[in-house]
Amino acid sequence: MQPPASTMPDADDILRVEDLKVHFPITRGAVFRRQAGAVRAVDGVTFTLARGETLGVVGESGCGKSTTGLAIARMVTPTAGRIAFEGVDITDFDQDHMRPLRRRMQMVYQDPYGSLNPRMKVRDIIAEPLEVHGIAGGRAALKERIAASMAMTGLAPAMADRYPHEFSGGQRQRIGIARALVLEPSLVICDEPVSALDVSIQAQIVNLFVDLRDRLGLSYIFIAHDLAVVRHISHRIAVMYLGRIVEIARRDDLYRDPLHPYTKALMAAIPIPDPELEATRPRQIVQGEPPSATGPRVGCAFHRRCPAAMPRCAQEDPVLMGTPGERAVACHLHD
Amino acid sequence: MPALLEVRGLTTRFRSSGGTVTAVDDVSFDVAQGETLAIVGESGSGKSVTALSILRLIPTPPGRIEAGQVLFEGQDLLTLDDAGIRAIRGSRIGMIFQEPMSSLNPALTIGLQVAEPIVEHRGATWRDALTRARGLLDRVRIPDAAQRLAAYPHQFSGGMRQRVMIAMAQACEPTLTIADEPTTALDVTVQAQILDLLKTRSEETGSALVLITHDLGVVARYASRVAVMYAGRIVEIAPARRLYRTPQHPYTRGLMQSVPRLDSDTAERLVPIEGQPPDLGRLPQGCAFAPRCRVVMPRCRTERPVLAQIADNHAAACFHHA
Repeated sequence: MQPPASTMPDADDILRVEDLKVHFPITRGAVFRRQAGAVRAVDGVTFTLARGETLGVVGESGCGKSTTGLAIARMVTPTAGRIAFEGVDITDFDQDHMRPLRRRMQMVYQDPYGSLNPRMKVRDIIAEPLEVHGIAGGRAALKERIAASMAMTGLAPAMADRYPHEFSGGQRQRIGIARALVLEPSLVICDEPVSALDVSIQAQIVNLFVDLRDRLGLSYIFIAHDLAVVRHISHRIAVMYLGRIVEIARRDDLYRDPLHPYTKALMAAIPIPDPELEATRPRQIVQGEPPSATGPRVGCAFHRRCPAAMPRCAQEDPVLMGTPGERAVACHLHD
Repeated sequence: MPALLEVRGLTTRFRSSGGTVTAVDDVSFDVAQGETLAIVGESGSGKSVTALSILRLIPTPPGRIEAGQVLFEGQDLLTLDDAGIRAIRGSRIGMIFQEPMSSLNPALTIGLQVAEPIVEHRGATWRDALTRARGLLDRVRIPDAAQRLAAYPHQFSGGMRQRVMIAMAQACEPTLTIADEPTTALDVTVQAQILDLLKTRSEETGSALVLITHDLGVVARYASRVAVMYAGRIVEIAPARRLYRTPQHPYTRGLMQSVPRLDSDTAERLVPIEGQPPDLGRLPQGCAFAPRCRVVMPRCRTERPVLAQIADNHAAACFHHA
């Protein structure tokens, strides 16, 4: 399958996402089901990811960050848009077509316990993807691969015969990572991988992700709600609001000089662990809550909460504009 | 002036088929009138069980408060009968929990639920209580409060429900409010709104606030004093500025270093606390933090350090400061 010319990837790009939309139908009626509307979970997302790069994707619940990740992994079906992975347009791939690509694109989830089968030993959990893909090799080779995968994620290979419940949350997330890496993927989509962990353990796992990336040349999409966490792992960061990217920038640019009022609001809302600094920090708490993803989109999705809203913002929906790969913002203040 | 709340030697254990776990182990601290004390810790540290023990909300069995005193306005809450403690909860002590949906009755209107404590504890008529409830909803900035009185909890967002909880907690103008992870389930922009509101309302009513959280940023923004818990014990307690500037316990220092910050100039590597969180069922003989401590000494593995004063208003449980 030849991707359309517009999504032809650069040699360096591992992933290109273009105007991705994922709408979930809302149906009414028990006998004659009819579509009564749609939740526009992802509503026009465009970005590229370079080989070896980490893109942090942040936003609050309902902003579409997790659905974006699931759509890229083709675990939900896009409503519109294109996804090209390693030069192959996978937008319309079914599960059979995706199977060989799954080796190259793996997911790590938030809840390390919920995503591990409690009745399987760690060795079988890690071996499963190898067996599914028919690349298990001989018994000795399999054992070696499991041991290598465990060692790489900081688990003692001697723990291979234990069950998930015998591990702490941080160790379970290591198992989840070992399972994802045993297939030697090039892209790992991490959906809130440290959100459920305690602070002291969170730092261990973030560092593990960084080390593995540097060692194995992995690319990550690192989805999180916490701007402070993604800072320590991302090269670039995309901020999402109501199904769209409202700002995307290189890490240091974003933190030094956030442009979108929503990005600023997110940063202002996150307290800094320093009482003296907090006492003098200007407090601009944005009021209200995100609007519903089912209603019509009139004007900028953020305009009702935006401290800098102009009359135009209530009518015209701003588009993401800027330099691809560097910085782009969807805000009339920066048109 | 005596403290508003004096917790002395509080010990709460849970029994299960697997054995007995000491969730809160000989915890003592004071709360002064009008101050905000944060109790910070990771999962299993005992911070929530401490709050529930003060309020006598420990499910028995499997839990039991086995020792200690909780002196609130001079009266030991642990010796009160059920009617006695019910007269204080929701009246002189307001409570706010993480998941408002489980604290609200889904079958009753918001108005009835906010008015109820006013009727029950203040002997107001329902009519007067509903009028007051409307004013309370206004003050927690719920738009169209008059209409919203007739709404049900499921018609509110998580943030709005937590506003209702604050209105209820403050309905009888308590002298103490205990908030247990009140914003953990909320998005960051809503979290900031709710915590600001909670702080403002506590100041308006003159209520002291015990804020239980795992978030060191939240502590820095809202607390005047901080108790750090680890494996059921307070390992350090100090005024907030002092604790952040000069943390003395190796666990507190480790926590401060491991938390990702928005404001450091370069994105340097995080410094985690190595090792695994404590397993309360199998705590080591000495200091519970010894297996993860960077400055552990032989003594730490055999003896338990007790919380000892190391400066004015600053105590730590560590042999390096004994």
